[in-house]
Amino acid sequence: MYKILKKAPLNPSVTMMDIEAPFVARKAEAGQFIILRVDEDGERIPLTVAGFDREKGSVKIIFQIVGATTEKLNHKKEGEYIQDFVGPLGTPTETEGLKDVCIVAGGVGCAIALPVAQKLHDQGARVTTIIGFRSKDIVILEDEFRKISDKFIVMTDDGTHGREGNVVTPLKELFEAGEKFDEIITIGPLIMMKFVVEACRPTGIPCKLSMNPVMVDGTGMCGGCRLSLNQNGEKVTKFACVDGPDFNGYEIDFDEAMSRNAIYTGFERHAHEETCNLFAKEVE
Amino acid sequence: MSKPNMNPVKNPMPAQDPKVRAHNFSEVALGYTAETAVDEATRCLGCKNKPCVAGCPVNIEIPDFIQKIKDGDFEAAYQVISEDSSLPAVCGRVCPQESQCEKVCIRGIKGEPVGIGRLERFAADLHNSEVTEKPVVAAGSGRKVAIVGSGPAGLTCAGDLARKGYKVTVFEALHTAGGVLVYGIPEFRLPKAIVQKEVDNLIDMGVEVNTNMVIGKTLTIDELFEMGYEAVFVGSGAGLPMFLGIPGENFKGVYSANEFLTRSNLMKSYRGDSNTPIMKGGRVAVIGGGNVAMDAARTALRLGADEVNIVYRRSEAELPARHEEVEHAKEEGVNFKILTNPVEIYGYNNPDDRRDPKNGFVTGMRCIKMELGEPDEQGRRRPIAIPGSEFDMETDTVIVALGTLPNPLIKSTTKGLDVNKRGGIIVEEATGLTSKEGVFAGGDVVTGAATVISAMGAGKVAATAIDEYLSK
Ligand SMILES: Cc1cc2nc3c(=O)[nH]c(=O)nc-3n(C[C@H](O)[C@H](O)[C@H](O)COP(=O)(O)OP(=O)(O)OC[C@H]3O[C@@H](n4cnc5c(N)ncnc54)[C@H](O)[C@@H]3O)c2cc1C
Ligand SMILES: Cc1cc2nc3c(=O)[nH]c(=O)nc-3n(C[C@H](O)[C@H](O)[C@H](O)COP(=O)(O)OP(=O)(O)OC[C@H]3O[C@@H](n4cnc5c(N)ncnc54)[C@H](O)[C@@H]3O)c2cc1C
Ligand code: SF4
Ligand code: SF4
Ligand code: FES
Repeated sequence: MYKILKKAPLNPSVTMMDIEAPFVARKAEAGQFIILRVDEDGERIPLTVAGFDREKGSVKIIFQIVGATTEKLNHKKEGEYIQDFVGPLGTPTETEGLKDVCIVAGGVGCAIALPVAQKLHDQGARVTTIIGFRSKDIVILEDEFRKISDKFIVMTDDGTHGREGNVVTPLKELFEAGEKFDEIITIGPLIMMKFVVEACRPTGIPCKLSMNPVMVDGTGMCGGCRLSLNQNGEKVTKFACVDGPDFNGYEIDFDEAMSRNAIYTGFERHAHEETCNLFAKEVE
Repeated sequence: MSKPNMNPVKNPMPAQDPKVRAHNFSEVALGYTAETAVDEATRCLGCKNKPCVAGCPVNIEIPDFIQKIKDGDFEAAYQVISEDSSLPAVCGRVCPQESQCEKVCIRGIKGEPVGIGRLERFAADLHNSEVTEKPVVAAGSGRKVAIVGSGPAGLTCAGDLARKGYKVTVFEALHTAGGVLVYGIPEFRLPKAIVQKEVDNLIDMGVEVNTNMVIGKTLTIDELFEMGYEAVFVGSGAGLPMFLGIPGENFKGVYSANEFLTRSNLMKSYRGDSNTPIMKGGRVAVIGGGNVAMDAARTALRLGADEVNIVYRRSEAELPARHEEVEHAKEEGVNFKILTNPVEIYGYNNPDDRRDPKNGFVTGMRCIKMELGEPDEQGRRRPIAIPGSEFDMETDTVIVALGTLPNPLIKSTTKGLDVNKRGGIIVEEATGLTSKEGVFAGGDVVTGAATVISAMGAGKVAATAIDEYLSK
């Protein structure tokens, strides 16, 4: 059992938790993830390591409430326990030698991007950050990013906070202004990453992204997380949990990845409604 | 001595009616009664040269334990078996007896062999249901040994070392211990309570079972030594699934057998209340012909598929699955499309509506007919495609059961650990010692996908070798 040391809402649908997991905390690096089960018979879900405290033995997770399991997790209180917490899984984000990086993140993807940005900042790289959200009330981690960014831009789709529009607009402007980054790192919804990759393509600057396919074990045993890369005209299959989650953005087959992510949509909607009903009953 | 029972056929195994069991997950085979067990035992001739013992990978004293059953001393029969096997209730159920102990049984020359596996299961089940005393643990050195993986290899090695007085810790990547016995082999063939009982036994003996520990990630093998473990046994299995490498394999509805079975068994999606989804219903095609394929096919049927087809490229005689599993699958209504090989999987695509929710789901499979050519190195006749024989079959789900390889996670994080070109850890056969000092290995991680009993045997061999290594 793993204790919830701290819990704080970041916005109405995104929650942050510090979980006591000393073995994971000792090893975790930016870019890696964990898999948890909230309770006995719960589903295994992957969440990115959003931070860690090696001394305290705690790992930070930031999750968006989207379905049954994240809903259940959000109903847990500080001081309570979750059943399983395993990691760190996947390979850490490669940051060595990077001196000038642009981070482009969207929505809860910002939680995944923050430890990477932090690490780059700590190793002395120049960090440019563009983060985007649908609207003002769901903006998260703005101050945290501002602190470690040499240049910081926040966008909202509806213009209620920061600039209006999506993250690709300022990225293109930076390219036009002659910015030459060593690398672009983008994390967010697949559709956003797809457009970021398209914007980067003409510049030839390496573009790395973090993939979030549906996972079960997270150790390379099920193959459910597989995705296709196009490497020099050849189709190559990779398992995101062990070969990733970071991949070269120019190689990803986005259409396939988007399709595969929606495999259980019908089932999930049902499971989410059931869980909500369950909690509604408890409250009554 | 009373005359042996010369009935040429085994006492049949009572089983659930195929029509009923095809829709539930309860165990198919129900087990012998005491009366039937004694009757079956009297079929054994108690052969002096005991060919059956040599046929068993762990050399259980078969005529001895059968004699005890004849005598009605069932607990004594169990004790004979447990001298060589730590998982009799498991092996009695899932051992491929027809190619091991029962294959060489004298009674098999004229008629059917003695039902050795069934008798073994009988003795073990009776013991488990009646005897509750705690296992005896020798006072030992208390020196620390780490076991990586909690499949039959790891559990056996842990048990043997604990009995010798070592302080044993098992590290398991998943949230439940048992390896393939819990995530792969389905409930209807091996009830999970039996595996759990074996794990509980180990815990009673003082073995610490740490789940959620991925060795190579959470801790490395070198770190285990730093933590004071003086020897490490790696029994991490062969869990990496192989795919076909044909077009369309990433359409939604194409599963590896590992994923399909894990969702159903480990994550319990066969129960209505599980949060883990699985595709069920419709038509299911399972590619492959081994035990894994049979388990996937029969699981799909129980989850509610309208039609389940096993697609296998050789002929029925070459099916690598246990004979009994093939028979059970057929009785339950699984179809066999033999001498058939898939070449492409088709998916739905609505060009007018990119948001059509059906887009990207499997709709069918193009297959080609095969014929058998010359035998290959292993003596199995090689399947050859018949040109122009392609045909299409409609299907909603495809389950790929082509076999598995050892996972590279441990190899890639352990310096000095040598593996062969299929990723199997190289060991000295008599001891399980690897190329790295103090590290032993056994089971599927060494041999590639094999059997429960051989993994268990390898765990025993390594336990003895570890004891010798640490007694030096
Ligand atoms: C490597 C990785 C890192 C991730 N990091 C974060 C993170 O830091 N914060 C965050 O909010 N989310 C993260 N996710 C996504 C998160 O795992 C899903 O939101 C979560 O599984 C949803 O579960 P649910 O039961 O609440 O919702 P559901 O209703 O089950 O699912 C909603 C959506 O989540 C996705 N999803 C469902 N089950 C899984 C699964 N087992 N594995 C992966 N995706 C799934 C699907 O796209 C699905 O449509 C990450 C995913 C991956 C693969
Ligand atoms: C569906 C199916 C049906 C089968 N049917 C039969 C049958 O009828 N009869 C028969 O004899 N055999 C059968 N087999 C084969 C048999 O189950 C295996 O040969 C046997 O389980 C191998 O045992 P093992 O201990 O080597 O490995 P496994 O049982 O594979 O156990 C390995 C364990 O190690 C864990 N692990 C892996 N990597 C790590 C790591 N890095 N850190 C920590 N833990 C790790 C895994 O999660 C797993 O729990 C079947 C196999 C399958 C998949
Ligand atoms: S362990 Fe397997 S091979 Fe050995 S006697 Fe029992 S059933 Fe036969
Ligand atoms: S070979 Fe058959 S008949 Fe002979 S001792 Fe063994 S089980 Fe009995
Ligand atoms: S999650 Fe199972 S192989 Fe990646």
